[in-house]
Amino acid sequence: MISLRPAGFDDLGLRRALSDRMLPLLVAAMAFLAALAMAGWIGTAALSRHWQQGAGASLTVQVPQASELSAHRDQTRLAAVLALLTGTPGVASAHALSDQELTDLLKPWLGQGILYDGTERGTERLAMPIPAVIAVRLTGPGADLEPLARRIADAAPGTLVEDHGVWIRRLAVLARSLQACAGLALLLVAGVAAAVIAVATRAGLLTRREAIEIVHGLGGTDAYIAGRFAARATWLAAIGAAGGALVALPILLTLARMAAPFAGEPGSATDTLQDALGSLPAALWLALPCLPAGAAAIGFATAQGAVRRWLRRLP
Amino acid sequence: MLRFEAVGLRYERSGGRAGAPAGPEILHDISFRLEAGAFRWLLGPSGAGKTSLLRLLYLAVRPTRGRLTLLGTDVTTAPRRALPPLRRRIGVVFQDFRLLPHLSAFDNVALPLRIAGRPEGQVRADVGELLRWVGLSRHLEARPAELSGGEQQRVAIARAVIARPALLLADEPTGNLDDGQAERLMQLFKEMNRIGTTVIVATHNERLVGRHLAPALHIANGRLTGGGGPGGGAGEWPGGEDGE
Repeated sequence: MISLRPAGFDDLGLRRALSDRMLPLLVAAMAFLAALAMAGWIGTAALSRHWQQGAGASLTVQVPQASELSAHRDQTRLAAVLALLTGTPGVASAHALSDQELTDLLKPWLGQGILYDGTERGTERLAMPIPAVIAVRLTGPGADLEPLARRIADAAPGTLVEDHGVWIRRLAVLARSLQACAGLALLLVAGVAAAVIAVATRAGLLTRREAIEIVHGLGGTDAYIAGRFAARATWLAAIGAAGGALVALPILLTLARMAAPFAGEPGSATDTLQDALGSLPAALWLALPCLPAGAAAIGFATAQGAVRRWLRRLP
Repeated sequence: MLRFEAVGLRYERSGGRAGAPAGPEILHDISFRLEAGAFRWLLGPSGAGKTSLLRLLYLAVRPTRGRLTLLGTDVTTAPRRALPPLRRRIGVVFQDFRLLPHLSAFDNVALPLRIAGRPEGQVRADVGELLRWVGLSRHLEARPAELSGGEQQRVAIARAVIARPALLLADEPTGNLDDGQAERLMQLFKEMNRIGTTVIVATHNERLVGRHLAPALHIANGRLTGGGGPGGGAGEWPGGEDGE
């Protein structure tokens, strides 16, 4: 049946029994924490994905005594390893770093001392024996590199195949653990929010006991009375959660901008509002509006449950 | 219409919770029958069980033994969800009015119609007309606390009859009214009775009972001591002009 009650009709006096101060404030605090937990979840997922696609799909091969003859004595050890790498399925590219690239790579650690300063600039050569380094890009993460490593070791004994996958797998486990923690925090926050709403509803039931009994005596059904409470709790929880999400937004934007370089996105030089808003992952933009919706659902379900349980004591 | 068969009532000691120890029996072996359109006084000394009998009738409690049939429904065995529609067909004027203090007179009277989901246009028309009829048209927006005792009682009466109940119960309805207002109230009850409403009025006011002679249920020590015979139907009032 369509109810045509006037919008402001507050027969149970819930505007005072479930006040618009404490409950929304508590729900806002919960929503704030939930927003941080969600950001943690989404951020960790994004970083983990990025690392797996980036570092997880790459491989470093160090070839000592690169210019000496390989085990098969037909080419240098470096050329043999390069040939093996390029002929292997799953390898997208294999690039031997030039001396200049190696020098640039090592300079921060070893300084200029590693250089044998030639007579003219541009003829710099490495002054100490450094293994050749091959940067390998794989077509995807998770390839089985064991047979390749064996064949390389046969061709050029002493060659080191450094599989980043081990570290990436460890990072992935760490990321999954962090996500589990974030998920647990979300569940906990939802549970506490439900408890807060249940306590507020029970307090409201006690202060409005007489009004409830009168409405019940006039033929109000459990659904009618519980619906009045649930509507109020839903509204207050949604308002509170929206407030909490709004307060969390600037903090999330700051965190997102700080995390951007780790996810391979260059930090923007200009600090326009548009850049700031764009730095937040799309998933978080979708997740944030879920906070008021989720809080509203928790408010509705909790109030319905609490009131219907309480009403069972009336005949 | 309504039938008591050896009905007994005892209250549980702590708020009606299941498993709470039961208190002493308040009503014992109440048996009587009323047809639709009957009028009964409910008489007896204070503490005799009048209010408990009324509570059974307006479904604030269910019998602990025996069988009670109200408006065609056996309320002893009916599921809980069957009771709200029954309650909507029962109007009650409480001794302490039981108005909602935060609602205006208009909204208090409108409450039964709104609970029943009636269209707001009909609510406005019916409530406005009834409040005019009980002389409160200038107090539509007043809260109960701003009204005198008599005015609050009139609001309570208007709320009890607004949904045209099949059964109208009143507990000491003239307690806060002067003789003129009490007479006017009796006219309303009689008018309701004449159009088919079953009316039961519990009162101590012997002068009122004397002026409006009608069959009575007498109750003492939780037992029916008189008036429990075959219940009449419409046309209870002798001489057409109500024994005045």
